[in-house]
Parts: sequence; C-alpha cells; structure tokens
Amino acid sequence: MKNLLILGAGTAGTMMANHLVSKLPKSEWQITIVDQHKTHYYQPGFLFLPFDIYTEDQVKKDGKKYIPKGVNYIQQGIELIRPENNAVDLANGEELQYDILIIATGSNIAPEEVEGMNGPKWQENIFDFYTYDGAVALRNKLREWEGGRLVVHVTEMPIKCPVAPLEFAFLADTYFKKKGMRDKVDITYVTPLGGAFTTPRASKAFDHLLEEKNIKEVTDFNIERVDYENNKIIDYAEVEVPYDLLVTVPTNMGNAVIERSGMGDDLNFVPTHKATLQSKEHENIFAIGDATNVPTSKAGSVAHFEAEILTDNIVRYVKGEALKEEFDGHANCFVETGNGKALLIDFNYEHQPVEGTFPLPGIGPMKLLRESRANHWGKMAFKWVYWNMLLKAVPIPFVSATMNEKGKKLEEVS
Amino acid sequence: MKKAIANKEIDVNEEGYLLDFSQWNKEVGESLAEENGISMTDKHWEVIAYLQEKHHKEEALSIRGIKKSGVINIKEFYALFPGGPLKKSTLIAGIPKPKSCI
Ligand SMILES: Cc1cc2nc3c(=O)[nH]c(=O)nc-3n(C[C@H](O)[C@H](O)[C@H](O)COP(=O)(O)OP(=O)(O)OC[C@H]3O[C@@H](n4cnc5c(N)ncnc54)[C@H](O)[C@@H]3O)c2cc1C
Repeated sequence: MKNLLILGAGTAGTMMANHLVSKLPKSEWQITIVDQHKTHYYQPGFLFLPFDIYTEDQVKKDGKKYIPKGVNYIQQGIELIRPENNAVDLANGEELQYDILIIATGSNIAPEEVEGMNGPKWQENIFDFYTYDGAVALRNKLREWEGGRLVVHVTEMPIKCPVAPLEFAFLADTYFKKKGMRDKVDITYVTPLGGAFTTPRASKAFDHLLEEKNIKEVTDFNIERVDYENNKIIDYAEVEVPYDLLVTVPTNMGNAVIERSGMGDDLNFVPTHKATLQSKEHENIFAIGDATNVPTSKAGSVAHFEAEILTDNIVRYVKGEALKEEFDGHANCFVETGNGKALLIDFNYEHQPVEGTFPLPGIGPMKLLRESRANHWGKMAFKWVYWNMLLKAVPIPFVSATMNEKGKKLEEVS
Repeated sequence: MKKAIANKEIDVNEEGYLLDFSQWNKEVGESLAEENGISMTDKHWEVIAYLQEKHHKEEALSIRGIKKSGVINIKEFYALFPGGPLKKSTLIAGIPKPKSCI
C-alpha cells in the first residue's frame, strides 16, 4: 500500500482529498489528511462577522463532514516534515510515512513582526479580522464603539485575499451610516502599496470608490512600529497616522512547521513551481493554496483552480508521466463595496484585472470591475458554493481553472 | 521610449525605468540619481550593487528583504533614498520597479 499524505484540512487540503479519493485506486493508495482543528472555518466570512452580517455559526462547521469516506482523517498538530526520510512527525509523537506529500498548511497572521502591534492594546483598540477570534472580538468592540478615527491598515504584502482590507473599509462606511453615526467616524485606509490595490487598473477603480465614500487614503506607508501609548502608527519615513481604533492586517506568514522543517522562504512560504505546483526542492512534494510562494493572490478561488490542475498532476506523477505546466495564476474575487453592491475581478500571472463579463463572455450576468447588485449576490452565494461545491470538489458550471480571455478587455501586467 | 541620459540614448518605460540593463553604467546611475535629487556616496553604490545582484538572481525585492540584506537597515535605506526608497533605488540601479505581489 502506498501513502499520499495531505497536511492541512483547510480549503485546499479538503478539496484535494475530495478530488483524489476517486482518482487513485483504493487497492494501491491510502490517502491521509491531518489538521490541528476539528472545526473548518469559512475565512471569507470573517469579513462579515465584525459587522453582524454573519453569525458565528455561519462561518464554522465540523471539518469531518467535508472529508470523504475512505480518507483517513487525523486531528493532530504537525510538528516536523522530514523530506529526506519521506516522513512527518505529529505533535503526539506519531510518525507518518508518505510516498507523496501535499502541503496545504495555509498562512497565518504574525502581528509579532511589528513592534507594539500585539502588545497590551491588542484586542483593546488594535484588532485584526483575519482570525476567527479577532473577528469576533472586533464585532464586540464595534457594537459599543462611539466613534472617532478608524484606521484600516495593511502591514506588508503579500496577504491572503488582498482585497479584504479594502472591503472592510467599504463595509465600515455602510455599517456606520446604517447606525446613523457616519459623521462621528473618520475612516482612513493605510497601505504599503502605491495605490489602493496591487495592479494599476483595479487601483484606479478602488481609489475612486474610496473617494466617493469619503475614506481617506495613505499610500506607500511601510510601518515601522505601533506607538500604542499614543495611539499612532509610524512608518520608516517618520510619517505618523493617529487612530482611535486600528484594524490591521498583520504580516501574513506560512505556518511555523514550514520554518521548523527548513522548507520555506523569508515568510515561510514553500518555494513551488508556479505552473505545476511541484515543490522546487523535492520531486514527491507538492504545495497548494496559501502555503506556496507562487506569485498570484492567496485566495480560496485560486486554491480551487489549483486543485484541478494539481489533481491531474498527481495522477500523472503516479503514472510516471511528465507534469502539466498548466496553472496560469488564475484568480477570481468578488469585492464587497458596501450598500449591497460588489464588483468582481478576474486575473492571472499575465493579465491585470480586466473589464468584461463573467462567467459567460458577453453575457455575464456578473460584470468585471463594475459595481453591481448581481455581483453582491454572487459574493453572498459564494458561502453556499464554498460549503456545498468548492470543498466537495463539485465542478462549478462555466468556470474554468485557467482564465477565459473571451469577453474581456485585457491588459498585460507590466 | 528613448531618453538621453549621461550623453547616451537609453530605452526607458513611461515611468523612466530602464528597459535594458545592458545600457546601464555608473554614469547613467549617477545622472538618474541627480534627477531625483540624490548625490551618490559609497554607501549608495553598495546598496545599488546589492539590488542589481538580487535582481540578476531573480529574487524579489522588498522592504523586508532589505532588513535581512546585511548591507543596510531600513532606516538608513530611507535616509539614503528619501521618499519611496525601493522605487528610487531600483530606478537608479537600472532594474525594473519591484512588483508588489498580488
Ligand atoms: C478575512 C478573509 C477574507 C477572505 N475572503 C476571501 C474571498 O472572498 N474569496 C476567496 O476566494 N478567498 C478569500 N479568503 C482567502 C481564503 O480563505 C484562503 O485563501 C483559503 O482558505 C486558503 O486555503 P488553504 O487551504 O491554503 O489554507 P487554510 O484554509 O487556511 O487551511 C490551512 C489548514 O492547515 C492547518 N494547519 C496549518 N498548520 C498546521 C500544523 N502545524 N498542524 C496542523 N494543522 C495545521 C490549519 O489548521 C488549517 O485548517 C479570505 C481570507 C480571509 C482571512
């Protein structure tokens, strides 16, 4: 019997288990998946939790429900990967051997990377919303907050779901309007980028929206430290931004197990071949989702596209065939813009977010890079699609793993 | 786009970044620095050499990377190339402006 071992039962790992269970002959392959948590969190829901749009129950489910029959599911911390022995050590001391390893351990926030960030004011007037605990604590704060200067801040790139902090700012605008206290809240968006987003075309669309919603913007801000005693963030050029409530997206890093195993880059991301998803160091190790260093967004939609291609490549690898160099960096994100609207962006390694329609060229119904109600319902439907189709690896009609270039105004990434 | 820099015809993009590194030399770097109000010292050149080496090895440039460069710390980097140090230093070094990951 051969062993295929998946590390991490988040979005990507769970999808891989569901894809592979029907692809690898059961008489020859045992599939095992390991995760430290019993709960599977719907991270895109963490954006809505602080604004009382979703409840706790809507963003977490029992992970076991999504692991297919026939797959061995272990709930344990992963201590160390030892590629030279084809082995993984678990926190309880158990050792697992593998023939093929898939790393899907995702990324975590690392607020300790910035001086003063997770000091005594962490979760008092400095919050994150990238974790379940952070999002719940922030919700409780917002429920009673009486207003002042709200600073929405991005520490450094890359972060998972790079549009989430912008969406947070847009939703905050709507939230305070609805509470009848928008005039008491001053919102500023602070980013290390030169504009609101990573690519110029989308950046322009977002800059415009920020202005329309009366959200101030501070760009090129590389944070040096949080002065939590005087409530301000300070960057390397000595620029200071004062806050009463700081909502930050801390540095995102791969899981510490990657560092412990000496398998990551500066940020603990696994060097991965960007078209095949094979690790650069070890032939029988593959990586998927937020855990890799491939130069595209870290998003559930990306993991979904990657999963289709990685499944094919695992099957090829098992048969001793050459891998397909097919992954093009395809990403597809709904961006909540507040007031019940959203816009949609679609891009890959070569092309910037573009205008056009999605998923059907020329028809839509969703419009790329334009605000609309249909896009908002698309975003809300994503939760259902996630739990019922994405995780279970049910194909989503009309949406292909590589980017469809029809019906779009393309522009090369410069 | 063509631009005359240090008495040479040089290919640049709309933002003024060199398109072909083989057209770069120290005089070109010097002249680009001057345009940006920077007068080059040995420390500046050390940073430029570091950036060029990283670029040729196809390693991504970032503020975090500077911290670990062993050449300079971030504060000094800001002091040498005020107002957007990565953007300015790469321009002077004749290499592309770093893309921030998406
Ligand atoms: C606020 C927010 C909003 C988002 N919005 C969107 C969106 O609108 N659309 C979208 O497509 N994506 C969105 N995302 C991104 C999306 O959630 C992630 O990209 C996706 O979950 C990545 O999947 P993954 O499997 O790589 O990582 P994860 O889903 O994070 O899974 C990693 C798993 O590995 C486990 N693990 C890690 N290390 C260990 C260890 N040492 N031992 C044991 N277990 C371990 C973890 O417990 C976890 O279950 C959002 C994310 C956030 C935070």
